Amino acid sequence: MSPLSLLILGDGRFPSGGHAHSGGAETAIAAGRVHDAATLRDFCQGRLHTTGLVAAALAAGAATGYDPLSLDEAADARTPSPALRRVARRLGRQLMRAVRVTWPGPELDDLAAARPGGAHQPVVLGVAARMAALTPYDAAQAAAYDSVCGPVTAAIRLLGLDPFQATAVTAGLCGDMEHVASQAAGHAARLPAEGVDALPATSAPLLEITAEQHATWPVRLFAS
Amino acid sequence: MTAAPARHRGLLAAAGGHHRFGLSATARIRAEAADGTTDLPLLHGDGPFVLRRMPSRGPQARVCLLNTMSAPHNGDRLRIEAAIGPDADLHVTSAAATVALPGPTLEPAVHEVALRVADSARLAWLPEPLISAAGSDLRQHIRIELASTARLVLSEQQILGRAHEPPGRLSSRLTVRRDGRTVLDQETTYGPGVPGWDGPAVLAGHRAVGQLLVVDPTDHEHPAEARLLTDVPSGAHAVLTPLAGPGTLLTALAPDAGDLQRCLDSALAHLF
Amino acid sequence: MHLHHTDPVRAEIIPPAAARSGGRPRPLRVGLGGPVGSGKTATVAALCRRLRDTVSIAVVTNDIYTREDAEALLRQAVLAPERITAVETGACPHTAIRDDISANLEAVEDLQERLDPLDLVLIESGGDNLTATFSKGLVDHQIFVIDTAGGDDIPRKGGPGVTAADLLVINKTDLAPHVGADLDAMRRDAEAARGPLPTVLTSVKDDHGVDPIADWISRRLAEHTAVRS
Repeated sequence: MSPLSLLILGDGRFPSGGHAHSGGAETAIAAGRVHDAATLRDFCQGRLHTTGLVAAALAAGAATGYDPLSLDEAADARTPSPALRRVARRLGRQLMRAVRVTWPGPELDDLAAARPGGAHQPVVLGVAARMAALTPYDAAQAAAYDSVCGPVTAAIRLLGLDPFQATAVTAGLCGDMEHVASQAAGHAARLPAEGVDALPATSAPLLEITAEQHATWPVRLFAS
Repeated sequence: MTAAPARHRGLLAAAGGHHRFGLSATARIRAEAADGTTDLPLLHGDGPFVLRRMPSRGPQARVCLLNTMSAPHNGDRLRIEAAIGPDADLHVTSAAATVALPGPTLEPAVHEVALRVADSARLAWLPEPLISAAGSDLRQHIRIELASTARLVLSEQQILGRAHEPPGRLSSRLTVRRDGRTVLDQETTYGPGVPGWDGPAVLAGHRAVGQLLVVDPTDHEHPAEARLLTDVPSGAHAVLTPLAGPGTLLTALAPDAGDLQRCLDSALAHLF
Repeated sequence: MHLHHTDPVRAEIIPPAAARSGGRPRPLRVGLGGPVGSGKTATVAALCRRLRDTVSIAVVTNDIYTREDAEALLRQAVLAPERITAVETGACPHTAIRDDISANLEAVEDLQERLDPLDLVLIESGGDNLTATFSKGLVDHQIFVIDTAGGDDIPRKGGPGVTAADLLVINKTDLAPHVGADLDAMRRDAEAARGPLPTVLTSVKDDHGVDPIADWISRRLAEHTAVRS
């Protein structure tokens, strides 16, 4: 494995459509629940340990070579909000386009053929990590980082937050991200014995509710 | 046919083997269709659980779950099983809120609910809220197995802390399998030591969380769009979402138990 | 009774054409960029009116605030609603057309799948600055639209949009006397900055004002068809 591949995959500039998504930060900011670096940190921490953990475990699972279609179905069962399912599949389709050029491989082709409208983004991320010869833990780290990075970037644009402070928020959550990634890799390691029930199902009620609120806004800067 | 007598907590604890400080109990219900009505050939209370048969309503048998001890305490292991046979129709409520309490041990309490609903059968599982008291630690897992033509209405209400106290730690997982496929798997964990639980992504100060799940494969109207409920108290949020499999889930957040109940009532009005 | 069920969300998402049918010729993709208020949406509307009877057209807008431009086009009914798609850009319109073109490519693919045949897709960028240009991965050609009211020194100032666009449009020539813009100087500066690349001075809201742009696109369409057949 090459740690540089992980940097490429995790880079916020990796062209996979993420820049247009706030990960729920746009509604949290509009409601006044996120207004500075401290509240941004709380938001990111909550997201990371709930939906972020699920995403990391799905990515780690896909990186082990476990059947991505079962993981995709498990992702649906863990995502009651249709708005969030729609976003996860669109981002998965956009990521698929990017990684098929970056790290081409038959497993990506098979998944793209089986889910032409897009598989859940973390599943695509995990298969891509596998094509890039990364480990399940690497894939989980990339997903955990992605779960924090999206809202932070959005907050810089929406709040005019000092970008140094915002980056410090991300850096301050490194311990949390590593913890989530190793939990996720642990869950993924149990997949062969226990099936998808081995995956965590942690959820954040407010993210579910606000995702549906956001989807009805006529005017918004971010797609989610 | 009703409950085993509620025994003294100390006696149960002594019998509890390696869970020295906790009690261990399993209540069981079996419902079977018989001549247009529903029989309850098994209604077995245990430990704190007393199962009381209520007057039937047409084909529907009704059971009320009474918690006759203060349970669960940390370290307790409680389980309820219900099996609804083909064509049977069962309605289950509880007489009062369940309060998760601290105990003499640091071990969490475990509460498992296992519900099996056969083809053409119907289950309404509508217990009173679960209250997580300060210092308690409860892990709850509700597992539901539905046959492909089974129908279900299930509610779950969690109140974090009694009045004017911080909550205990409460983790709750709801796993719904239909025809062998998992159609919903959701876990929430709140309380001291859980990173970000009360932050702006998860609860943001709300202290009452509820879910209402309706699975009805005979209902052909299955809208792809979610519905935000507007007739809910201010400070509460509630959304009805169509699941990827058949089924609709209400997710509601409210400042307190009363407002949460109003969210559930509103959702029921939208759904039925 | 539903014994088998698939998520309605999945049914809504249109799979990309590439994954289904091999070899269907893809439409010509033309990007329109330029500063806020220079007349990009007006140009797109005029192009649709001028070309829609002979060419199957679709439009992708990249609004800063979602759907504003798309809705302007819908109100003017220049195309059927299913031919207009809005892409959300996360407050960074130039990123969506250059650095990370995923969402725009997806929108183009959806239109391709929905509309058959499709000859031309116009991709309108969100109003941005003079450095915003389209990725070659997204468009075949790009048009940069500036206007006289924005200042007659813009062609002299240059920037990638002015110097490198395949066609530069200097719009609102009718306003030049009112805003004190020197059209000759604008043309001269543009030619100096652009070498052999063409520049059009026009007012797209006038009768036939859009014709030189439409003619230019028609020639590109003819080339595109010749190459793919």
